[in-house]
Amino acid sequence: MSNVGILFKREFSSFFASPVAYVFIGIFLVLSAVFTFFVGGFYERGQADLLPFFNFHPWLYLFLVPAIAMRSWSEERKTGTIELLMTLPISISQAMIAKYLAAWAVLGLSLLLTFPLWLTVNYLGEPDNGIILAAYIGSWFMAGGFLAIGLCMSALTKNQVIAFILAVVVCFVFVVSGTNIVLDAFKSWAPIAVIDVIASFSFLSHFEAMAKGVIALADIVYFLLVTFIWLYAGMLLIEQKKAD
Amino acid sequence: MISVKNLFKSFGGHQVVNDVSFDIRPGDVVGFLGPNGAGKSTTMKMLTGFLAPSNGEITIDNLSINHCSLKIKQKIGYLPEGAPAYGEMTPYQFLLFIAKVRGLKGLAKAQRVKEVIDQVELHEVLNKPIDNLSKGFKRRVGLAQAIIHDPQILILDEPTDGLDPNQKHQVRQLIKNLSKDKIVIISTHILEEVSAVCNRVMIISKGKLLFDDTPEALNQRSKYYGAVTLQFSYPADASELAELEGVASMEEDLENRCVTVFPLPGAQILHSVTTHAQHCRLPVDSLFVEQGRLDQVFRDITQEVNV
Repeated sequence: MSNVGILFKREFSSFFASPVAYVFIGIFLVLSAVFTFFVGGFYERGQADLLPFFNFHPWLYLFLVPAIAMRSWSEERKTGTIELLMTLPISISQAMIAKYLAAWAVLGLSLLLTFPLWLTVNYLGEPDNGIILAAYIGSWFMAGGFLAIGLCMSALTKNQVIAFILAVVVCFVFVVSGTNIVLDAFKSWAPIAVIDVIASFSFLSHFEAMAKGVIALADIVYFLLVTFIWLYAGMLLIEQKKAD
Repeated sequence: MISVKNLFKSFGGHQVVNDVSFDIRPGDVVGFLGPNGAGKSTTMKMLTGFLAPSNGEITIDNLSINHCSLKIKQKIGYLPEGAPAYGEMTPYQFLLFIAKVRGLKGLAKAQRVKEVIDQVELHEVLNKPIDNLSKGFKRRVGLAQAIIHDPQILILDEPTDGLDPNQKHQVRQLIKNLSKDKIVIISTHILEEVSAVCNRVMIISKGKLLFDDTPEALNQRSKYYGAVTLQFSYPADASELAELEGVASMEEDLENRCVTVFPLPGAQILHSVTTHAQHCRLPVDSLFVEQGRLDQVFRDITQEVNV
């Protein structure tokens, strides 16, 4: 596993060698503040919790996570460094895991840097910090799911823009499949079982409970499974297309 | 030792490598020659385990590349075409990263990184991002990462492309100085490079291995091998040269006032030509024995397959 560690360090520092990580974290913090205070009505609700903050996370991740994932494999293939990487004594799975963990760590760091919100809510009232912690963990796992989709799409093409757009589209499908708009379209004719399956694919329905502080094993397993499946698909794609 | 048997590779129905077989033993410095798109790079990519062959077998030190690719990758140092590297890193960070992945640790790692930096002379750019380096420096960084773990097998895809003559000389010296029990495979377009560093030449064209022998044997294929060329200071009648013993034929280049005399196979004609020139008081400005014209041989061999 030491190879994963070495690769992780390289990937993680490469985010900070270019402005990518700084821009990402900056935009994430600004947008999450905007959503919390203006759209979410943090003050107006008069409740000491961070629900308005967490509720917008799926929509924030929808655009921001593909942006951070898009370069990971596309750039390797575009610049030819993939040939270097794949002829070093490391396996594709090690490279994939390292890339995933590095980007996931950047996402975790962004979440950590939202701590002023947590300080604010603790200053203003007496929130249940256990709930907030659970919601943070849930949000991080959901970000991991988005990230795995983004990495798989990045493995699919040399072009970062295409990787970004594909990732947004796939992520969008996974987010909206739990919304009423989509479910209503099925309700009139599809059996309940089908609707349940569609809803159960949604990031939204699995995140909802976690945002309220309930960490159910099923939800965590769901996000882990999504992550695993998309990363595995990405590995197969790299194996197939590395030389194209 | 590398053993390749009946290697095939096709991309989308297009046959890129077509039934290539060879063995390479320690001590061999092999030059891969061939026109662009001949299948040189593809063959090298298969040797390094980057591409899987469509058919055929590659074994390296009795390990099959299909089953032990990680073990094989440890033995190989590889400079891919164009010397790709992570542009946002500095050469120092990059070499340290490669050294770590190659399993070097602690003091040995620092020592090796320092050694390769000395060997390819990267001192002045150590802390600049690789993206900002000139083509020559990028190539040298690529070379440094390929030799950092002192591999038994070194595969270099166009190592001197884009280097100035001094740097080319340096790289060739570096390859020559590698220990004698290693395998080195380089691909190149530069024919002189092959005679300068290699002790074995393989010419590949249209995916087929057309020539596999020493550089001398390649020279001997040239009709100019052993021929004597004379340059005159003013036009002179040299037709009698063609009548000398051991001479097969003669070519005259009136524009440059040059005459080239070709020997019969195996014949040495320098002595009789010089004696004749002195005897007839031919106005000779310069006179030399041709070593063979590689570009001519190269064209002959690679264009045979087209016909």
